[in-house]
Amino acid sequence: MTNEILRVEGLKKNFGKLEVLKGISTSISKGEVVSVIGPSGGGKSTFLRCLNLLEEPTEGRIFFKGEEITGKKIDVCKYRQQMGMVFQNFNVFPNMTVLENITLAPVLEKKIPKEQARDEAMALLARVGLTDKADEYPRKLSGGQKQRLSIVRALAMQPEVMLFDEPTSALDPEMVKEVLNVISDLTKSGMTTVIVTHEMGFARNISDRVLFISDGVIKEEGSPESIFTCPRDPSTIRFLSMVL
Amino acid sequence: MEKIIKLWIKYDNVFLSGLLGTLWISAVTVVLGTMLGMLIALMRMGKSKVLNILADAYIEILRGTPILLQLYFFWIGLPKIMPFELSDTACIVTALVVNSSAYISEIIRAGINAVDKGQWEAAKSLGLSNKNMMARVIMPQAVKNILPALCNEFISTVKGTSLASVFFVGELMTSFKTVQSATFLALQSLTIVGIIYFILNFVLSKLLKLLERRLMLSD
Ligand SMILES: Nc1ncnc2c1ncn2[C@@H]1O[C@H](COP(=O)(O)OP(=O)(O)OP(=O)(O)O)[C@@H](O)[C@H]1O
Ligand SMILES: [Mg+2]
Repeated sequence: MTNEILRVEGLKKNFGKLEVLKGISTSISKGEVVSVIGPSGGGKSTFLRCLNLLEEPTEGRIFFKGEEITGKKIDVCKYRQQMGMVFQNFNVFPNMTVLENITLAPVLEKKIPKEQARDEAMALLARVGLTDKADEYPRKLSGGQKQRLSIVRALAMQPEVMLFDEPTSALDPEMVKEVLNVISDLTKSGMTTVIVTHEMGFARNISDRVLFISDGVIKEEGSPESIFTCPRDPSTIRFLSMVL
Repeated sequence: MEKIIKLWIKYDNVFLSGLLGTLWISAVTVVLGTMLGMLIALMRMGKSKVLNILADAYIEILRGTPILLQLYFFWIGLPKIMPFELSDTACIVTALVVNSSAYISEIIRAGINAVDKGQWEAAKSLGLSNKNMMARVIMPQAVKNILPALCNEFISTVKGTSLASVFFVGELMTSFKTVQSATFLALQSLTIVGIIYFILNFVLSKLLKLLERRLMLSD
């Protein structure tokens, strides 16, 4: 596979004695949209966080564009700059304006001139309908607006892969849609995406592939059609019958 | 009452210079203590196990022994190891700085740790270097937790400096001793000193409240 962007081999993660990931292997191609579903505590977040090394894998290897990133000598910051991540709780920086949130990393880490970073940030804000909020502080934003901000903050680094960990779980119901729309547009523009979500309908619509993770392993994976219409693994069947 | 007023009129400059002494000793202690405390907090939170243990021991020893003992220790010990002459005041201020650095380093550490874990993770996920993450994201938020506690530390330092009078370092309690031995009016001069301490700390804690409210507003 020449267009493979991420490969995970035998990924294990323990927290002390607790085995959270028990050997996960998968491969993600450029432009692919992968949804991760599964019961609470199954290890979905941990899997995602291992992908950008927020958690250090206990065992196993991860390759990004053919290069091992679980090795010792890689520059973790440089690697993370190519992986955007969006969290459940937004985690926007409260001590900066909306615009500063977005330009911070590009200016500091990619040495992009301030003016240019500003213009790019404004273009991103326009894309998610937040132009008029550029100079506000995040405390003035709604949850949905904060999440859209956190998405464009990640995009400003021009990452090759976007990771989403339950991006709409902390939102009031009426704000879920605006955020899902942004993510949906992003996937259509060809962004390689891994998203953990409980929005089954959404996962089904946007994904090229669905991973069902439970008890620290991928119990089943396949096209959204096959997972949602004819799941084979008993745990998948049980999970889907509970959430659908 | 009359005696107290007369005493104040006669010796006000002694008391006021004592107050001045208390103020500058406290200010120097907190400012230098904060710098040293920052260093200790960095050692305590850094990656090096050796430095972690050293900083931990430093903090535990200073918090686990009486401050008066520490003052004596520096007063006796410091001149012995220093190649040049040291005034009593210098020894005592050094001791106060070292003592408060232990407390302040814990204040700084707690303030940094109180910053939401999600902020660290967001900063890391953007690929910010450790330095930029601390300088631009974590510290500006930690300062809001640290400043009020630091002012509290200043107030307790003001009270703590009274112990320095044991060594006749010119602060408030020393002026009490001076006036008392000149007039034999112990209770009256003590009352005056007590009132000064009270007003000083009262004003300081009111200022602190004001600062806290300002910080809350800016959030
Ligand atoms: N830092 C940590 N320290 C210890 N245990 C952890 C840590 N992070 C996660 N765990 C444990 O690992 C297990 C898997 O957690 P994880 O967050 O990956 O699950 P999840 O599938 O994302 O669940 P949810 O749907 O609730 O978000 C849980 O039992 C959790 O308690
Ligand atoms: Mg999770």
